[in-house]
Amino acid sequence: MPSAAPSASYLTSHSAILAFLLVVVGFVAVNLVLWKIIRPSRFSEEKLTTYECGENPTGSAWIQFNIRFYVFALLFIIFDVEAVFLLPWAVVFREIGPLAFLEGLVFIAILAIALAYVWRKGDLEWVRTEDRQV
Amino acid sequence: MSGLSDHWAGLSPVAQQFWIAVLKVAVIFNVLLGLFSFMTYAERRLLAFMQFRLGPNRTGPFGVLQPIADGIKLFFKEEVIPEGANRWVFVAAPAVAVVAAFLSIAVVPYGGPGLFQIADLEVGILYLFAISSLGVYAIVMAGWAANNKFTMLGGLRSAAQMFSYELALGLSWVGLIMLAGSFRIQDIVTAQKGGLGLLNWFCVVQFPAFIVYLIAATAEVNRTPFDLPEAETELVAGFHTEYSSMRFALLQMAEYVNMITVAAVGTSLFLGGWLSPLPLLPDSPLWFFVKFGLLLFFFIWLRGTLPRFRYDQLMHFGWKVLVPVATLWILVTAGLVTAGVPGFRR
Amino acid sequence: MASATQEPPAASGVEAPAARVLRAELGPQLRSVADFRGDLAITVERDAWVRAASLLRDHPQLDFKLFLDLCGVDQLDDDTDEGLRDRYEVVLHLYSVTHKHHVRLKTTAPEAAPDVPTLTGVYKGANWFEREAWDLYGIRFTGHPKLERLLTHDAFVGHPMRKDYPVGQRHVLKSPKVQLMDVPADSEHLLVNIGPSHPAMHGTFRVQALMDGETIAACEAEIGYMHRNFEKMAEVRTYWQIIPYTDRLNYCSSFMNGHGWALAVEKLLGIQAPPRAEAVRVILSEFSRIMDHIIAIGTNVVDLGAITPFFVMFRAREDIYELLDACCGARLTVSYVRIGGLAQDVPEDFEARCRRVMKSVQEVVDQADGLLTRNPIFTSRFKDVGAMGKDEALSWGWVGPCLRGSGVAYDVRKDHPYSGYEQYDFDVPVGTVGDCYDRYLVRMEEMRQSLRIIDQALRKLPSGPVIVDDKKVALPPKSEVYSNIEALMNHFKLVYDGILPPPGEVYGYTEGANGELGYYIVSRGAKHPWRVKVRPPCFNIYQAFPSMITGALLADAVAIIGGLNVIAGELDR
Repeated sequence: MPSAAPSASYLTSHSAILAFLLVVVGFVAVNLVLWKIIRPSRFSEEKLTTYECGENPTGSAWIQFNIRFYVFALLFIIFDVEAVFLLPWAVVFREIGPLAFLEGLVFIAILAIALAYVWRKGDLEWVRTEDRQV
Repeated sequence: MSGLSDHWAGLSPVAQQFWIAVLKVAVIFNVLLGLFSFMTYAERRLLAFMQFRLGPNRTGPFGVLQPIADGIKLFFKEEVIPEGANRWVFVAAPAVAVVAAFLSIAVVPYGGPGLFQIADLEVGILYLFAISSLGVYAIVMAGWAANNKFTMLGGLRSAAQMFSYELALGLSWVGLIMLAGSFRIQDIVTAQKGGLGLLNWFCVVQFPAFIVYLIAATAEVNRTPFDLPEAETELVAGFHTEYSSMRFALLQMAEYVNMITVAAVGTSLFLGGWLSPLPLLPDSPLWFFVKFGLLLFFFIWLRGTLPRFRYDQLMHFGWKVLVPVATLWILVTAGLVTAGVPGFRR
Repeated sequence: MASATQEPPAASGVEAPAARVLRAELGPQLRSVADFRGDLAITVERDAWVRAASLLRDHPQLDFKLFLDLCGVDQLDDDTDEGLRDRYEVVLHLYSVTHKHHVRLKTTAPEAAPDVPTLTGVYKGANWFEREAWDLYGIRFTGHPKLERLLTHDAFVGHPMRKDYPVGQRHVLKSPKVQLMDVPADSEHLLVNIGPSHPAMHGTFRVQALMDGETIAACEAEIGYMHRNFEKMAEVRTYWQIIPYTDRLNYCSSFMNGHGWALAVEKLLGIQAPPRAEAVRVILSEFSRIMDHIIAIGTNVVDLGAITPFFVMFRAREDIYELLDACCGARLTVSYVRIGGLAQDVPEDFEARCRRVMKSVQEVVDQADGLLTRNPIFTSRFKDVGAMGKDEALSWGWVGPCLRGSGVAYDVRKDHPYSGYEQYDFDVPVGTVGDCYDRYLVRMEEMRQSLRIIDQALRKLPSGPVIVDDKKVALPPKSEVYSNIEALMNHFKLVYDGILPPPGEVYGYTEGANGELGYYIVSRGAKHPWRVKVRPPCFNIYQAFPSMITGALLADAVAIIGGLNVIAGELDR
């Protein structure tokens, strides 16, 4: 808010978010409590079974899953950090001028090489061909 | 009345702002709730019209009371938590989903500085970036907790999908931050003001970024053609297979609010927010809602038109097309700004 | 088998090539050759069973590559035929797409030791058929890789199709089979049941898949959830009483099942329906084909998340239902066909109604075409997914749009015209790769070709009666039954005695929506058939499904199953 002192504006805008958070949490809580009061409860064993197309499930769903998820999560971390670094760079880009462009170019180039490497290695394939053959 | 205004004048500026904030939060939250209910109705009606059906038309005039009827119905449904589930995580996931969904919309401006925004953060974009990644926790929690194989696969799918596309989403913003020179969303909106009306908007100036944003945003909110986490025919209902009654309603609410959020953010960042499309017409919050409505319609329209991707195709598209395009566009923008090309100067 | 035209084993002269080759190769092991109503039937000794089948498949003059059907027959108390020594018969039906001829190969097995060598090494498709024959008749196929019950429950006692199994016997079985395949205890893979109650399973059948992430590492299919033993029911009903049961086979295009049944019985009787009845049968069959293809394509794309084409196409299906309703008063299970014709004539405005429906079909096909055919997401989901090669498809016994998608231009309407299909000009579309996209394109084109056929049939729709003038086959009109004693007696006699065909056996086949729909009827001259075997196209097609999706992604499995258009009513019978 341009009229107010910067510190006050900063505080109020953050406190507004806090207020908003409280309202949302309150809304969810009120809903769930109200629901708890009025919902019926007719217990039966059958209802509690896990849904698996009408058959009784074999084994738990909590198993070790494919390594691909982990690889993609790692990739995400790396490139998300890239994005986080790029954002402040973008804000001050004009103030710094051509030097910023050069720096950004180098930074992005390094990451692009990394992406190309991962691509080449086949880690961007969701189903790798060697996985399929196994 | 005069007593109240006297009282108001007597308050300190900080207290005044506090009360304004409370009022804004209350109003905006209720508007969002209404919008969410209306969206469930509008989506069903619009899809129905695209498919030669009628859609809900019995509850109230033209069926507009359908969302309320649905809400009441869901209140009267019993709670079912599968016996193999992790109770606490299962119960927490919908709440987390709703809170995360609502929070990101706090920084979107509906009109000029002042009343039409909950919080005009200096770091609006960073805030969006941070909050939007919270949603995936809810889905992973929901998918894992139920101890059901379909929810598990749905949860894993959505985790991988959401972080893949979040990256493209974040990168699509870099160019326009460069042009606006600020993280504040209000500044980004005003940066799109110019003599040419809608030609100054970032959806024109930053066209490739706009396309990347639209695609990545559709994927972020799990809408067709990226609705794989809940791909009905493969995974039954994906991560929310085991949810029923209010918890199901909360998950649905989170989905719709997410859709509203990405449409609102897209409106502000790329479609000039509350600016008028033609140079002669006045700027007004009304414009915001018009553009916002168009984006929401776009999402529904997509659903009425397209089949969904296969999982590996989706991942490939995110990593091999969207991320490189977004990155390249950042460099192009940087180059154009450095060279001082018209339209890329403030 | 007690056919009057059975030739003595040493017959010579103009013998069919199959009989000639087998006689030369097998010598005394060929027991008999019969020809009844144009059906060639060769009976061989059990020891020569596999050899005979291989010869039929591989001999260049025969080339019986397409496996159609294999079933058991119980010839209990058969004292009418000296040639039969054993109680059980195993009957194999084959077709050659190059020479365009059918053959029936038979062997027998004694009651004491009903063992027959398996044909699974010769035809892939024999697998489930032999399991079915084991299940229903207790015929043991030695060397079969997995001779387990298929249609009935695991814990079922007895073999229900045996003549000495009581028709009304009930057997309550509740606990489902938990695991269909062996999984190593230390497996890190997820064992998931897809079906019986799953949104992508078009009917109640189950696939148990071992998932490695999103990839199906191994899988096994289970069917029989809708098994009601149509064939056993048919053995205690008169020929026309069976018509309503046929409606429930492929209930998406029920008219065609009745059409096929009527033709098979007419073949057995040696009669032909009047031209008007045949033309109406063709028109309604083609509309049913369109309806079936609409369901196949519509539900297939819904599985891919595209819901609009489904609703677009179902509008035309509704119009077709209304047309059927106007003709016979029923929509889904029409029972409109009668042996020798139709139940009643079509309404007066039949042609105008048909033209309206044709217009609506044309519109929705074009719209769906626009929404799907060149949509990049759709093509990327369909192209090169679930590809099935030509030879493999034949060995599995694929027919219809699925086989034509794999590039084999076999269409009964074209190659063995019935009901006057030879008068109509139409094309048979074929695919090249045999993937989901080819099957989709074939179905789309077939709908357009069906419209062409309907158009021509309407143009030359003859007038005249719609049922044969034969008091032993067709009931007299109701108005006469109420007004004249002769017609009343006639009605009574026919209802009481039923239609009495000559003894013999025929295989009547038509081009159903999913491919060759065959009825193998064994008659002993009584009012009830001795044995009825449906050759259900889906059964062969679905049999290949587990092998198609092994190694594929879960999403591909969903795309494939819809394109195969498996209908549980026909699959489980």
